[in-house]
Amino acid sequence: MNAQPTAAARSERARAAAGGRGGEGSTGSVHSWDLATGVDGPGTRFTLFTSGCPLRCLYCHNPDTWRMRDGRSMTVDQVVAEIAKYRDFLRAAGGGVTISGGEPLLQPDFTGEILRRCTEMGLHTALDTSGYLGARADDELLSHTNLVLLDIKSFDAGTYRSLTGGKLAPTLSFATRLSRLGIRTWVRYVLVPGWTDDPAAIDGLAQFIAGLDEVERVSVLPFHKLGAPKYEALGIPFPLANTPPPNAETTARVRAQFRAHGLRAD
Amino acid sequence: MTVVAQTDGRDLAQQWRSFVGERWRSHIDVRDFVQANYTPYEGGDGFLTGPTERTRAVWAKLTALFPEERRKGILDVDAATPSTITSHAPGYIDRDLELIVGLQTDAPLRRAIMPGGGLRMVENGLRAYGYEPDPFVQRVFSTYRKTHNDGVFDAYTPQMRAARKAGIITGLPDAYGRGRIIGDYRRVALYGVDRLIADKRDAVAGLAEQPSTEPVIRDREEIAEQIRALNELKEMAAGYGCDVSRPARNAHEAVQWLYLAYLAAVKEQNGAAMSLGRTSTFLDVYLQRDLAEGRIDEVRAQELIDDFVIKLRIVRFLRTPEYDQLFSGDPTWVTESIGGIGTDGRPLVTRTSFRFLHTLYNLGPAPEPNLTIMWSPQLPRGFKEFCARVSIDTSSIQYESDDLMRPRTGDDTAIACCVSAMAVGKQMQFFGARVNLAKALLYAINGGRDEVSGEQIAPATTPLTGEYLEYEELAAAFDRTLDWLTETYVNALNVIHFMHDKYAYERLEMALHDHPVHRTMACGIAGLSVAADSLSAVRYGRVKVIRDDTGLAVDYVTEGDYPAYGNNDDRADTLAVDLVRSFMEKIRRHPTYRDAEHTQSVLTITSNVVYGKHTGNTPDGRRAGQPFAPGANPMNGRDLHGMAASALSVAKIPYDQARDGISLTSTITPDGLGRRADERASNLVGLLDAYVASGGFHMNVNVLDRDTLEDAMEHPENYPNLTVRVSGYAVNFVRLTREQQRDVISRTFHGAA
Repeated sequence: MNAQPTAAARSERARAAAGGRGGEGSTGSVHSWDLATGVDGPGTRFTLFTSGCPLRCLYCHNPDTWRMRDGRSMTVDQVVAEIAKYRDFLRAAGGGVTISGGEPLLQPDFTGEILRRCTEMGLHTALDTSGYLGARADDELLSHTNLVLLDIKSFDAGTYRSLTGGKLAPTLSFATRLSRLGIRTWVRYVLVPGWTDDPAAIDGLAQFIAGLDEVERVSVLPFHKLGAPKYEALGIPFPLANTPPPNAETTARVRAQFRAHGLRAD
Repeated sequence: MTVVAQTDGRDLAQQWRSFVGERWRSHIDVRDFVQANYTPYEGGDGFLTGPTERTRAVWAKLTALFPEERRKGILDVDAATPSTITSHAPGYIDRDLELIVGLQTDAPLRRAIMPGGGLRMVENGLRAYGYEPDPFVQRVFSTYRKTHNDGVFDAYTPQMRAARKAGIITGLPDAYGRGRIIGDYRRVALYGVDRLIADKRDAVAGLAEQPSTEPVIRDREEIAEQIRALNELKEMAAGYGCDVSRPARNAHEAVQWLYLAYLAAVKEQNGAAMSLGRTSTFLDVYLQRDLAEGRIDEVRAQELIDDFVIKLRIVRFLRTPEYDQLFSGDPTWVTESIGGIGTDGRPLVTRTSFRFLHTLYNLGPAPEPNLTIMWSPQLPRGFKEFCARVSIDTSSIQYESDDLMRPRTGDDTAIACCVSAMAVGKQMQFFGARVNLAKALLYAINGGRDEVSGEQIAPATTPLTGEYLEYEELAAAFDRTLDWLTETYVNALNVIHFMHDKYAYERLEMALHDHPVHRTMACGIAGLSVAADSLSAVRYGRVKVIRDDTGLAVDYVTEGDYPAYGNNDDRADTLAVDLVRSFMEKIRRHPTYRDAEHTQSVLTITSNVVYGKHTGNTPDGRRAGQPFAPGANPMNGRDLHGMAASALSVAKIPYDQARDGISLTSTITPDGLGRRADERASNLVGLLDAYVASGGFHMNVNVLDRDTLEDAMEHPENYPNLTVRVSGYAVNFVRLTREQQRDVISRTFHGAA
């Protein structure tokens, strides 16, 4: 199937460009939803995973969310009705709603409408994104977003391209824009041995983040292979099948690098 | 041993110095005393102190004995002396070091026999561990003294025996002590035994005015026995140098008196659950007074609680391996209920609530006592976060909704066993074990024949004969089966409790109750999720029946997806809720012994493994022999949307139709609660707040990862204290059978992806 991820990504981008922006905001492609605690923002959260992503990160643990056409078509009303079942629970639990993916900004109207409706319900909202399509998040969408979980996959443009198939610059400019707009941001950084463990690149990223006003946290996420069975099920080779998870020392070192720049890293 | 017997201290002005309030002085009313005198504590855990050298030394003496006990099953037993309150000479762990004294026999971990419940249970228990029954004991309890067990089998009907043998009704307390009765042990500390005896004499005097009908005669005899037991308590306590005829004068005595009262109960009864009640805030009044008077410091206050908890950790009963298989891990359910909110809105949290929980650090994690938090979102933040941290660190505590219990059984409610709420000293229950709903569903399909043995157990009805199961037809047949089952069940329980009162009456525990007492008949159901999912599979999917050559349905092919209970999906959840409602309604149709109020629980403890083992293939796709989910849990692996969705399905079960409790066990990995320790605690607080606010009743919280459990299976010697919560209580993981261990591991791990 998608032996060449970047080619697939190109076609997904084309599809998104054709349909995502101008399509029906009231309907979107959804992979699944889940209630989880402590992983997708503060407290217990209803996390909606949208389908479709323009990037093809080599370490992706959700290859089943890559293609919009593999998702289930749901209206905003349907999604909001499901979320509404948990409204009181999420509020009591100090949690909220996170829209993740896939890449939720591949479907900005759909995503924006859900965020707006959740805000109306009094729920805390979070957007989990690579920032690659940050330009598609208009100020209106961001005004209904309490927190952005911004996944910066590398600070080296060349590495970023090899790792994800996309460009780094849009993510960095999105990060800058979020700070300008005063939107709380948590940066996520997936630590992959041989790919994202270069001390110089990490220092660069830390310095960049330290210059932003609204980043209150950097989470260093050690690469894992829990997604490998999904590749197998999809018949796609897992590109990092032979890459080990980072050892504890490396993870600690990277966290310390972020902390050295005054950041709160975990 | 520092408590000195004195007979000159009968001065209430001294014993009750600085206590305020009125009603509790003229009436036996511990709740009133607590409300008038306790000091709520809204701070954090910063004041707590670690174990002293003395505490460590006492605990070390016991922990040195645990490996041998684990290896042999029991450390030792006195096979020749049937246990009574006064049967054994005083025993000590280390007489010079112990602050709180008293053992069930003359040596720690040495078990006693209690043949009054049933001689065979004692004989089997002894033989299983390599001891021979004592011939004299055998002669007494087969020739001169009838047991509860004998009485029950004299009065069981053939129908009851068949249902019991087939395992559709299981775990009935017909051969052992029923338990789940909580004496108000605090009364002994506050009032002293003499005052309690006087109060019982008043009750007898009141009964003298009434005509000698059977109930009145029974009450008179029972209260006479209660008074006898109270006198024996004084005698036993005197052996330890304690004069419990009078009230306690200080915190040390209060803890000691309370413990001796509890000890008398566990010397008299081998109950399935011997719960402690709600003692921490009561004891706090005494500790606080001594602290204020400068008699003790925080170190000593914690030492007293640590020493008390050490005693509670070594309560032991002689049971059979089969019994342990049903209940798992040799539990005693010394449940202590902590926290909650008073009806006046003040939290019932005190420093001693913290001190009890702190024993899990000072002595290490342990399944007993079964520390139970009466949870409300209104609890002070500092206490909630401390509880959450203790859960994350030890997995040793459980949570129950104070908000559901307070309006129903009041703010002096305690949990018996795992989830059974009762007003302390005012209410007791007739423990009724449970029926197997999944098997009942199979009986409905097979016209009352057992799917494993093929025998006709329920009255013969027309089996369902279609190639595919039809929902309406199945629902109607199931309803008829439940009519039969509830009738047989309640009638069997009536027999059991009649005989238990007659031959194995809990004299001491009932002496620490009001007269008259409110009684409940606590029925129960197992296999709720299997039954609900099976109904859902038939209703929303298609289920083809495979029959053997005798026409017995033995397997099912489940076609198509169906909504499963545990996903907050009303289609399936409603089936579970309706089943609970309908079963309760049917239970209520049958009169109960002593007019007990009908209740039920959705609780299985770990017997879900045994029930599953004896139940054939079910229409939900579960294979024969596969364990049921515990309690009210969704079936393992079918709750697809995470712990919160699963919990919300369970929270839909109406507490008023299951007033004996609804149990949910959640296992979560540390990562599944958050990335940082502080986050994990506050996220768990949020989950508990939200669950209780959503109407959830009970939650066990296990915070572990799979690797830890798998390693513990292979290397139990490295995990002597690994505690997991299973259904309503905590067990030592390494004491579970391998099968149970596998079950615990296969339960859904709600971890972060």
